[in-house]
Amino acid sequence: MKFKTFAWFVGPSLLMMLLFILAPLISVFWQSFNLTQPVMQTQMVETCTPGFITQICVTEEKTIPVLDDEGNMVTTTTFVGFDVYRELLQPEKAWQKITAGDWRGLLLIDFWGALRFTLTFTFITLPLVIGLGLGLAVAVNSLVKSLRGSVIFITLLPFIITPVIGALSIKWLFIGDGILTAALEWWLDKDIAMFAEAWTIEFLMLFYRVWHAAPFAFVVFYAGLQTINSDSLESAVIDGASRLQQLWYIVIPHLMPLIVFVSLIHLMDAYRVFEEIVGFSSQSHVISLQWLTYEFLVPDQAGNRSVSRASASAMLTMIGIIFLLIYPLRKTWKQYYGGNS
Amino acid sequence: MSLPTYRQLPLSMKLFAYGFVAIWCLIAAFPILWVAVISFKLPIDSFDHNPLVVLLGPNTVAAGKGISVFDLVMFIGLVWALFRVLKSKFMIWGRHSGFAAFPLLGWASVSLGFMLLIVVTLFMVLPGISAFVNPNLGFLGQGIIGFTLEHYEAIWVEREFYRNFINSMVVTFGVVTISLTIGTLAGYGLARSGTKLAFWLLVVALVFRALPHSVLVAGYMPVFINSAEILAPIFGDAAPTFYGQPLAVIAVLVAINQPFTIWMLRSFFQNIPVELDESARVDGCNHIQAFRHVIMPVMWPGVITTGLFSFLLAYNDFLVTSLLLDMQNQTMVPAIANFFNMETTSTDQVQAVAAAVSIIAPLFVLVMVFQRQIVSGLTAVAVKG
Repeated sequence: MKFKTFAWFVGPSLLMMLLFILAPLISVFWQSFNLTQPVMQTQMVETCTPGFITQICVTEEKTIPVLDDEGNMVTTTTFVGFDVYRELLQPEKAWQKITAGDWRGLLLIDFWGALRFTLTFTFITLPLVIGLGLGLAVAVNSLVKSLRGSVIFITLLPFIITPVIGALSIKWLFIGDGILTAALEWWLDKDIAMFAEAWTIEFLMLFYRVWHAAPFAFVVFYAGLQTINSDSLESAVIDGASRLQQLWYIVIPHLMPLIVFVSLIHLMDAYRVFEEIVGFSSQSHVISLQWLTYEFLVPDQAGNRSVSRASASAMLTMIGIIFLLIYPLRKTWKQYYGGNS
Repeated sequence: MSLPTYRQLPLSMKLFAYGFVAIWCLIAAFPILWVAVISFKLPIDSFDHNPLVVLLGPNTVAAGKGISVFDLVMFIGLVWALFRVLKSKFMIWGRHSGFAAFPLLGWASVSLGFMLLIVVTLFMVLPGISAFVNPNLGFLGQGIIGFTLEHYEAIWVEREFYRNFINSMVVTFGVVTISLTIGTLAGYGLARSGTKLAFWLLVVALVFRALPHSVLVAGYMPVFINSAEILAPIFGDAAPTFYGQPLAVIAVLVAINQPFTIWMLRSFFQNIPVELDESARVDGCNHIQAFRHVIMPVMWPGVITTGLFSFLLAYNDFLVTSLLLDMQNQTMVPAIANFFNMETTSTDQVQAVAAAVSIIAPLFVLVMVFQRQIVSGLTAVAVKG
């Protein structure tokens, strides 16, 4: 294919990605070092209240925003360097907490708390999703053929469903005296409030994510199991390998590229954890990095959005995902292309 | 084909496998089914702590809102028949619906027609029949299970959820058509070009896929809000404000979706033999003609599968739509988030549940009809990517 034809085919898609992915990245980078604020001016304001005989007048200095001719606030954008980052990370305070061993205090700073949750969330769900997906794939593969279609159908439901609503539907089982809370109370014989404490909410969020992501792992591994070479399994049986040994020495190595693939996708997706926070309304207990950015972007009561802070937290989020993915990506890279070059 | 004896599992392991799968199926389906059950009951039954009360809804029955055995049988029969027809005929109808050149439009209109059909039967035809038949059936015609559609009516009619539905349809339709159009071209180009450039484009796309969406939205936000000012030198007074516009959100979602789309379509195109377009080129076609006359007729399975995932992304999105659309153009998922933030009484809560079920019902049908395509799509990227 000539370059010109190739450009015609790929052009529109590339243009969209440049315009709507690369350009915003650059603008986020720029915004994070600049602060846009309404221009304020101090004015002497005299306020008078009716009093007996004479009015009582107070003169005070007030800071009010400057308005232009049309009544809009005048804003200025100033270059502030790393100030916004500093405000977000609070390095002095964080360092002081770390040296004092006060981890709880450190996590009270929004960013560090969000980072803690996002990372633990990602790394706890990863092995659970891979394990459950693998277990399901092996188990479904041993079912009679006529059942498999229906099982796959049911399994796909949690994966396909709107994430916010999936999280909500699990929340509704537990909310107040919902049936599962009632069942737990009856079983443990004590009063339980699932949404009063951070760790129970966090547990439900982990559960939701495994529930939502395991079907994807399952479908991929199940497809991988169909392509397994029966000759190697047969020779393993002749050599006297037990089922566990077959699984360990033949099935898992065969699925290894798929396991790496699913892990990569899961790392990307779990790091983006966001919908769970909305669904379980956990923002007063735990937040994630994406939620941090989201919250800055939602207008506050005065209608202002903290774009600079959102940009800074977005940059930090992005640096995090780069760190997270660089090791597995390099490793896959070497595996596939190391032999050639 | 049965396995040779030495490959068959011993009974104990078989039982374990069946038990494991059964428990998983229960966990996978239960929350969804339960939410659906709740949405048909009066609030007093919906959040009862006794599961039997929630299932049977005695208070709902007592309020005169029950369905009889006859209704239940009729309902299940009808739903089953509809699914049967849908599953076997959907593809064919979509293709012969008069939009031969634009099959996507055909499929979209067939799906909308079916949704309309289901709503009409559920809310008009069925109650009509049962009002006529039930009194003459004795015991079989008595209400035994609580069942009311009032929350759905409240949500869709009084709270005007249909507006959000229309917005969702506009956004999803736009995203699916545009991202498939440009994605198919790019996927074909990438699949047929073995250059280093194509390889690097794919790697960059993979990196783009990893980006959290909030990062991108933080970049759009100020530009979209001030776009009228920014574009004023070029367009003058006609310069549009992008913020709140469905078209802007469609463009954003298309871009977010592109990396995945081109990866998936590339792997589908790689499965179409190169000899096919080579022979067309021998007959005198250029690349674009070959694509138009030889590849397009055989690419639909891959395009449909990719389209499904584009649809899911656009339909399920919360972050982008909630930040970049104004109230008037709000889609369904952010709208429901507003519902449950406002909910105060238990009636409001059940109405939020009904809205949630309304959102996931089409997805349920989607999996039923397209199960095979979804599975093949997921594996295409993984196995051949």
